[in-house]
Amino acid sequence: MIFQTILLIALGILMLSILANMYRVVKGPSGADRVQALDSIGINMIASIAAYSVLFHTHAFFDLILLIGILSFIGTIAFARFIERGVVIERKR
Amino acid sequence: MKPNNVILQTVTQVAVFIIFTFSIYLFMNGHHNPGGGFIGGLSTAAAIVLLYLSFGIEKVRENIRIDYKKLAAVGVFIAVGTGLAGVIFGQPFLTQIFGHVQLPIFGDTELASALVFDTGVALAVIGTAVNIILSICEDR
Repeated sequence: MIFQTILLIALGILMLSILANMYRVVKGPSGADRVQALDSIGINMIASIAAYSVLFHTHAFFDLILLIGILSFIGTIAFARFIERGVVIERKR
Repeated sequence: MKPNNVILQTVTQVAVFIIFTFSIYLFMNGHHNPGGGFIGGLSTAAAIVLLYLSFGIEKVRENIRIDYKKLAAVGVFIAVGTGLAGVIFGQPFLTQIFGHVQLPIFGDTELASALVFDTGVALAVIGTAVNIILSICEDR
């Protein structure tokens, strides 16, 4: 009972963290601030899914944790290349 | 001025191997756990896109000699052929069968014909996803 209460408090704190990152996404001065805030939102989603898995006594979401990590990594690299060079995939050297 | 990509390429050489392994794991445990052919194919396509992002399009095309249009066609052909295999033995279309086989190393293993169908689905998904991204990034 007390353990579930602690998990719910942790989920509320993660929700507040995602909301703070959403403020930075909406009101970032440059594009790089928005990209870093979106990457941080992905990491907070990973932590939220882990807390939910402990709360529901299931291990069906563990693949989803690794998959969100991979997709967040690739998306951040693509956005960084677009900001720096204007071309995501180079055609010729 | 030549851009400096050494950190990105060094991280990619390690990360692509891990993503390929994870996609094979997702593909193989789709029978009793979350996963399956579709998400396995999409993870493999994500690893190939990461290679294209860090090494450029020419160097990857020299090293991975796969025509992705033919790969998608072969995947659809494998899926339809798995469905037609049941018709030969007098069963309805897309009938699947499973049985226990004694393999040399793994021992008593349950093999199902749905694995071949999932292989066709995964090849079709890899071919279509990578082909869409390559068609977008080539400006002709």
